[in-house]
Amino acid sequence: MPKLTIDGIEIEVEAGTSILQACEQLGIEIPRFCYHERLSVPANCRMCLVEMERAPKPVASCAMPCGDGMVVKTNSETVLKARKGVMEFLLINHPLDCPICDQGGECDLQDQAMAYGFDRGRYLENKRAVKDKYMGPVIKTIMTRCIHCTRCVRFINEVAGVPDVGAVYRGEHMEITTFVEKAIGSELSGNLADVCPVGALTHKPYAFTARPWELRKTETIDVLDAVGSNIRVDTRGAEVMRVLPRVNDDINEEWLSDKSRYAYDGLKRQRLDRPYVRKDGKLVAVSWADAFAAIAAKVKGVAGNRIAAISGDLADVEAQFALKELMGRLGSANLDCRQDGARFDTSVRAGYLFNSGIAGIEKADVILLVGTNPRWEGTLVNARIRKRYLAGGVKIALIGEQKDLTYPYAHIGAGPDTLQQLIDGSHPFSETLRNAKNPLMIVGMGAFQRADGLAVQAAARITGEVYGMFRDDWSGFNVLHTAAGRVGGIEAGFLPGEGGRDVHGILDGASKGEIDVVYLLGADEIDTAKLGKAFVIYQGHHGDAGAHRADVILPGAAYTEKNAVYVNTEGRPQLARLAAFPPGEAREDWKILRALSEALGATLPFDTQSQLRQRLLAANPIFAAVGQMTPATWSPFGVQGAVDAAPFVSPITNFYMTDPISRASVTMANCTEALVGPAQERTGTHG
Amino acid sequence: MSAPASDHGHEPTSFAFTQENLELAQRIIAKYPAGKQASACMPLLDVAQRQNGGWLPRVAMDAVADLLGMPRIRVYEVATFYTMYNKNPVGKHHIQVCTTTPCWLRGSDDIVHACKTKLGIGLGETTADGQFTLGEVECSGACVNAPVVQIGDDYYEDVAPEHVDGLIEALKRGERPKAGSQIGRRSSEPLGGPTTLAAFTTQADD
Repeated sequence: MPKLTIDGIEIEVEAGTSILQACEQLGIEIPRFCYHERLSVPANCRMCLVEMERAPKPVASCAMPCGDGMVVKTNSETVLKARKGVMEFLLINHPLDCPICDQGGECDLQDQAMAYGFDRGRYLENKRAVKDKYMGPVIKTIMTRCIHCTRCVRFINEVAGVPDVGAVYRGEHMEITTFVEKAIGSELSGNLADVCPVGALTHKPYAFTARPWELRKTETIDVLDAVGSNIRVDTRGAEVMRVLPRVNDDINEEWLSDKSRYAYDGLKRQRLDRPYVRKDGKLVAVSWADAFAAIAAKVKGVAGNRIAAISGDLADVEAQFALKELMGRLGSANLDCRQDGARFDTSVRAGYLFNSGIAGIEKADVILLVGTNPRWEGTLVNARIRKRYLAGGVKIALIGEQKDLTYPYAHIGAGPDTLQQLIDGSHPFSETLRNAKNPLMIVGMGAFQRADGLAVQAAARITGEVYGMFRDDWSGFNVLHTAAGRVGGIEAGFLPGEGGRDVHGILDGASKGEIDVVYLLGADEIDTAKLGKAFVIYQGHHGDAGAHRADVILPGAAYTEKNAVYVNTEGRPQLARLAAFPPGEAREDWKILRALSEALGATLPFDTQSQLRQRLLAANPIFAAVGQMTPATWSPFGVQGAVDAAPFVSPITNFYMTDPISRASVTMANCTEALVGPAQERTGTHG
Repeated sequence: MSAPASDHGHEPTSFAFTQENLELAQRIIAKYPAGKQASACMPLLDVAQRQNGGWLPRVAMDAVADLLGMPRIRVYEVATFYTMYNKNPVGKHHIQVCTTTPCWLRGSDDIVHACKTKLGIGLGETTADGQFTLGEVECSGACVNAPVVQIGDDYYEDVAPEHVDGLIEALKRGERPKAGSQIGRRSSEPLGGPTTLAAFTTQADD
């Protein structure tokens, strides 16, 4: 391990550490533009120059590995002069349009110019001007501001795996462009604006709407997929102005998918802001008391087994737990949080969790994807698989629909019969799995959303057993969920009770007239036509399919408007925090259920959220470990049986619109038009 | 300069290597180890440019990218980086006058002027009959015999303005003027003859 001296401080670092990283370990700040810790190192901005003894010139610290006995100075006269020189050259062609630049106030160039900039320009010639480029519906470009750090090029090639951006021409004429004025076909394109150190790439939906210093920042989590990305919601007043990722190396590193980032404009549209009751076939706005009275009048006296509840993709744990308690008090066991109709065994935690953890993907040496399109079902899980692929030495295989996943894989089958072949060892890929040290399997909802879901789950489990995916030192069996509410619902027990109906049974019963009351907790992705003549209560935040069919609407809060627990696909409980208050008369969801329970004469035994959480903890202690994964113990799950040979189909047909919020978003509609439409037309002739 | 999509209105809609060039391309690709086919990008672009009459339309770059299994943008980056790949159509004879310092000191400005006058076009322009394109380039790497003019694949060295007329007339007649020094200098010997090792020159003669 090399030992070196930086600014008179001795430090010993891991071999291969760059001087810049060593400086960071010492808390010495080195200015930089092109260097980004999660991207490759091109050393082309020259801002991180430091002085090194016995080196004839200043060296770029980001690309210089530490060597034994090096003596480095980061604050000498020479260093300051060198950095000032670099800064002056960077500013030669950079426009001084900070007052109208969206990056203003959070711009690396602006900040570093404060430290290394000269107070006037010596450049009297004309500055160069560059035509703006089209980079799709979410990235706005002002290319004259570009300083050619190539972070965007490296990000899109390395992390996103969509080689659409490049630097054309050379020297002073160099320009960053997409491959001929084309929208970037990546679900991670929003990160381009994050990695851009200047205002060349900015967020189109956020353009000219706010300044960073006037925003209130709330650290919370994303719920538009089951990954549970850590985010920061920036609000001004009651309005969400933008969503940015937060660093969490276990989950999203520092990236965020475009849906999670840009669907926030959907929070302002189609909102349910007051209770409604259907009178003579029309929804009429009423007071909370009247809405509760209408429900009480209908529900009182109805036998418990004729009442049912379905929770949706965005439902938080507290609301599902409160609704479960309420249903228990009403004598109903008909409840299900799997509104998508997926059939899988929930009796063993290992059977429905992403057991290896998302970060665990990096330890795998063989990855088997079953009935999933991780690029759309868990974009950042896919980014992690790509990261693993780039590290080398991994074999990836897919059973299911063939899609471009941004890394090469072997397509070894389309349906569950391939799993059977893997179990009996007759499939050629068995050999690879047998030789794997840490085999990893990711099973998607496409494998469970079918009549033989339980048998597929058992087949996947046996495959895992055969190839050593359940070991004391390695859990390689993973389920990738598509909804943020799902695992939380299962952990809170929002599942059919003794003799209760699951979502298929509920819809079946409602259409046959065996269920009289259906409570939809934000459930919009069900076939509402099957609700028959049932009395439908819809509690949620958007006027989507569920509200359209409802007899009573109770306006709830969206994920940015409540303090709530969500559990991601890894089984990791995380806290969403209130960033803005719900609109109009809408309320936090558990409060609505608590108030309703009183009106129904079945008062729930908690008056505050902390009392509710106490009860929740008593019911299931995993909720105590906020931000942590509680390892699941393994025992057999699934129901062995005959499987259908039909191929797996991914449940997501449009990445940009999967829930009521993203369906209400204009940005997501633009993305759909620009990216999903043409891609579908291309199928068959492309690749 | 704009994006590689050229706006000159000559952009063809398709490009395919001829059988002969495809075989040549395969021979070039075979020089590189498996998995490193991208190394063949530059020679293949050259093959494509020659096949397409001296310039590279976007479809040709795409064809090279697809043949090598490279992202298309990577090929555009290469093609736009080098000035020797012409992104716009050029005439049958592409006259490139070097105007970098050594040639300029030796009178390249006069050469450019002579070319302009003779052809009646400016730098970067093509004659109406599509025969000649005139351009200035950075160092051609033949400074010892400056000034130098490249026409097609040939270097014409020690060029004086009075040579220009003859060269262009010969090209117009369909001839290929003798390349190399226009004043009869042997390779890049000193103008006044050898000054050292003079005794050996007879043996070293080619």
